[in-house]
Parts: sequence; structure tokens; C-alpha cells
Amino acid sequence: MISLAGRDILHSWGKFVLTGLGLGLLIGVTLSMAGVYRGMVDDARALLNNSGADLWVVQQDTQGPYAESSSLRDDVVRGVLGLAGVERAANVTYLTMQVRRSDGAPGAAASSDPVATGGDASGEVRAMVVGFEPGQPGEPGYLVAGRHLTRSHYEAVADVRTGFALGDRIRIRRHDYTVVGLTRRMVSSGGDPMVFIPLKDAQEAQFLKDNDAILNERARTAANPAFNRPGVPGLLEAVQAAQSANHSVNAILVQVRPGFDPEAVAAPIRRWKHLEAYTRVQMEEILVAKLIATSARQIGMFLVILAIVSAAIVAFIIYTMTLGKIREIAVLKLIGTRDRTIAGMILQQALGLGLIGFVVGKVSATLWAPVFPKYVLLEPADALRGLVVVMLICTLASTLAIRVALKVDPAAAIGG
Amino acid sequence: MATPAIRIEGLRKRYGEGEAAVDALKDVHMTVAAGEVVGLIGPSGSGKSTLLKCLGAVIEPSAGRMELGGQVIYDNGWVIPDLRALRRDRIGFIFQAPYLIPFLDVTDNIALLPMLAGQPDAQARARARELLEALDVGHRARAQPAELSGGEQQRVSIARALANRPPVILADEPTAPLDSERALAVVRLLEQMAAQHHTAIIVVTHDEKIIPTFKRLYHIRDGCTHEVRT
Repeated sequence: MISLAGRDILHSWGKFVLTGLGLGLLIGVTLSMAGVYRGMVDDARALLNNSGADLWVVQQDTQGPYAESSSLRDDVVRGVLGLAGVERAANVTYLTMQVRRSDGAPGAAASSDPVATGGDASGEVRAMVVGFEPGQPGEPGYLVAGRHLTRSHYEAVADVRTGFALGDRIRIRRHDYTVVGLTRRMVSSGGDPMVFIPLKDAQEAQFLKDNDAILNERARTAANPAFNRPGVPGLLEAVQAAQSANHSVNAILVQVRPGFDPEAVAAPIRRWKHLEAYTRVQMEEILVAKLIATSARQIGMFLVILAIVSAAIVAFIIYTMTLGKIREIAVLKLIGTRDRTIAGMILQQALGLGLIGFVVGKVSATLWAPVFPKYVLLEPADALRGLVVVMLICTLASTLAIRVALKVDPAAAIGG
Repeated sequence: MATPAIRIEGLRKRYGEGEAAVDALKDVHMTVAAGEVVGLIGPSGSGKSTLLKCLGAVIEPSAGRMELGGQVIYDNGWVIPDLRALRRDRIGFIFQAPYLIPFLDVTDNIALLPMLAGQPDAQARARARELLEALDVGHRARAQPAELSGGEQQRVSIARALANRPPVILADEPTAPLDSERALAVVRLLEQMAAQHHTAIIVVTHDEKIIPTFKRLYHIRDGCTHEVRT
């Protein structure tokens, strides 16, 4: 038996391909939206994986360091190291900020391909600056170029998406840093690329005030009779020193000894150290279920709207195409074509349109995903789910046209 | 006398009910032998199309009796339950315009009917080619309908009507868009096909050029038929 739908598609392939192209771009946007969400989840997981920690110790009553601000003294790590089951523990700081080349000129990579590298035309990059202790948890897992930090100050390892190259000088707050290593897929939960610098430098960058502010603060302290008492030598200097020094970090990353349950190690930290400790599962819950929950709902709304728009477009196109074939349908019914054959023809055309659209959409999404400034993860399972949804939408959309076709009176083919 | 291909007795068709009711057919009698071409003429609104639709089993008469090829199809109610199959297997249709399916080539436009009747594709296409050769359009077998001239399209539509070897063909003003010469050629072709395939053909027409060519005519006026011998 002839495939009526197939012949009709071949006969008016130009119309079908152009319509499928339009629909495909819409489907491509839909797949990309799903990819953006997957990318956010993957970024969050990459952040946890790259930290190399089993436990995150943070300020009490906070969900830091990624979801909330967290601050704790940097000597707490010594107490944590003494707990049973702790293999390694290290301080880390996280600070999301604008990082730029020290000469102010746009970075080579950032200017040539600012979208792919996350940079902008001014050479500034939004990055998460991580302060870590070399050789300890929090260090970048692997390098794609250059070397790890070997000096105590003013060296940096950057993610390639910052657009910085080996040897570049970058400015973070008051100091310049030389990029000595490049890493990959080291991003914050928001998808910002990371720049790793020594912990001490990072503490300064995050907590130390500028010189003018320090001078002003010293003057204020000196003017305060409580800190500048006659006959108490050294008090003012001690207070001023305490004000300008900083000993805070955002979190302690803990690696648990093999055979120990992270939850069991976390319990005494919470009980005796008056700190909060999160296991990997809990931290993933915070990142995925809380931190990106609003974005996920936002994307979900977009997906629903795009699905409705796609359905409306397919329904309108198939309906219009069917109206253009009313006379042929009347003739087909008059010469004895079954209703289900006619319904099948319309349904197959809708599915054909959906299939063309899906192929165009998948190819488009694959082509433009790398150009997005943030990571877009197109998963085959999502594509498969997308195909099923597109086919369901097309089936649903064809029902209106099928109803019209089935109502066509075969007598309409006979004049008078 | 052999059994007529078409026999209609006391056929009536009423549209609507009560005071708004209109009797489109009041008392129709008609007999057409196999291999005969009969004209059906009448003014607009006389009931020609209604009669054609009743015979074509697309609308239900109100009363009367109809036989096609010796089989009663209507006797104050449809006797045959599957009207779709009846139209497919026992009635051929030729329309005022050819109404070929634009996305099927010439061969498949004809072969579609045998295929719908369950014939294998190869056999259906062989039948289509045979008819196209008989109607002198065999050389356009692979062409698309839009590539054919008006005359060629009408020949293809005649071939389509004959595809399932129906005992009856209903032609609804088949010469309306044609000039005199081509109109007469179509009528000759219908006569030739009717004789060759032993098919009864009713030609509904307003076309005065072709009316004299019919040996028998039915004139319909106010829903009643009168036979006219020419």
C-alpha cells in the first residue's frame, strides 16, 4: 500500500523542510534549555569532585561555603586534624570577583573569543578565586598546562575558560599574580571559572582592607580612650595589629580515612567544635536542591512554555495543510479510503514534521552549545526524552486536523 | 433481457422536516444496461446532483429501491452495510474537474483504488498501466498530475474510475471545462470504455454540445425523471 503521508511529504518537501527547520530551531532552544540545567547540575558536582573533600566544615548555622557566607578561624583546622577518622584537612577560601589582567588590557583569549572563555571585551573575567594550601584538599585536581604553585605568594593556576594564558599577569585586589598553570572544568556552582592562589594571599584578598581604610581605622582606634589608655604601653599597638591581621577562612575541607563513615566523623565536629560539617551527600543536596532550585524552576517554566508553543505551531501547520487538502480528502473518502487511513496520513505527516524538527533541533543544539558562556551539557537521555515528547506533542497537535478531515463529507467531491 | 446494471424504482429524497422539508427527488425511475452510456440532464436545482449522490451511496435516499449490477443496495433503507466498500468496488466516479491526488503520480492515482481494495501493489500498478495504455496516456505513467494537460488529466480520471472494474460509473459533468472537440472526444472515449468493460455510465451534463451524442437521455425536472430517446 502506498504511504500517502510519505508521498505528500516528498511532493511538498520544500514546505516540510522549511517548516521543520523553523520547528527544529525551537526544539533546539528547548534542548539547550535542558542542557543549561544539566550543565548547572554538572558544574555543582564538578565543584564537589574537584575539592577532593569528604566533609566540609563551615561556620555554625550556615550552609557555606558555596550557598552562604561562612567564616571560621584558620587555626580550627588543627583541632579537626586531631579527630579520629580524619586523614587530611585544609583551610580554603572562596571569593567570586572580577579578575583582570594587571596591565588592564583585554586578555588575548578573552578578546578573541570572549564568549567561549567567559571573558569580556574589557579583559575582565568573573571568576571564583580559591585560596588553598598546595598539596592539600582544595588543590586543582589536574593541570592541562604549566605547573602547580611552588611559591608562597603571587602565583596562580587558572581554569582555561578564564581565557588567561601561561605567563599572564592578573590582578586580584592589591596584588599581581603570574599564571603558572592551567586547569580545566574547575568551576563554581554558578559556572564561573576558578583561579587558584595561595591561601595567605586569598585571605588577604578577601578580608584585608585597603591602605586608606587601615590608616583611617588606626586613627579611629587611637582616638578611642578605651584602646589608648595612658599608662598601658603596647595596648594600642596590639589592638591595631589585631584589627589589620586576619585569620579567617571560609571552610575546612576534610578527607576521611578509608573505612570511616564521613557522618561519624562529622558528628563530633558538630558536637564539640561548635561548627557545622556537611558530608558529600548533604553538600550536593545544598548545591543541587537549594542553590540552583530557583534556576531549575525557571528553566522548567521555559520548557513548558516552549512545549506549548511547539504544540501550537505543529497543530497550526498541520491544520492549515489539511485545510488545503479538503477536496483531495473528500475524493479519497468517496473512492473508499478508510477513515483510519486518512487519519494515519495526517498523523504520519505530523510525526514526520516532528522528526525533521527534532533532527534539526538536535544538530542545532549540538552546534551552538559550546558557544554558550556557561557549560551546556546535552545528555543523550535528554535527547531521547525530547524525541518522545516531540512525538507526543505532534500526535496531540494532529488531532485537531484529523477531526476536520474525518468530518469532510465525501459528497463534497460531487458538485451541485 | 439481461439484468440491467442500474435499476432505480420510485426513488425519493427529502431534505429537512416539517414545513421546511424539501423534496429533491420525488419519483425517480431509471434503468441502464451494462455497456450503455446514458445522459442525465435537467435545469439547476432539478435534483441531478442529489440523484448522483444517492446512486453514489454518499447520501441516503428517503424511500425507493436501487439495484447496482443486479444487487439490491437500497430498499427503503441501505441493504449493504459497508457503503465505503460499495463505493470502492462497485462504483466509479468521474468529476467535473479531474481531482487527481496531487502528491501521487499518474500510475499511483489509478493504482490506489485496487490497493485500497486489497490488491497487491504490483498487480494494482499493472492494472493502472493497462488502463493508461488503453486511454493513450501510457507515456505519462510516471508524470505528476500537475504536469499533465487538462485532457490528459481527464483521461487519467476516467482510468481511475475504471480501476476496480465497477459495473457502474457516475460522471458529474465530465466535459464542463473542455472545448467542443475535446468534449466530444471524452464522450466517445466513455462509450468505448463502457462497451469494452461492460460498464453502465451515467453522465450528468449541461453541455449542449454532447447531449445529441447520447442514444438515451433521462430528463429530470422537479425531482421526477422522464426518459427521452434521441
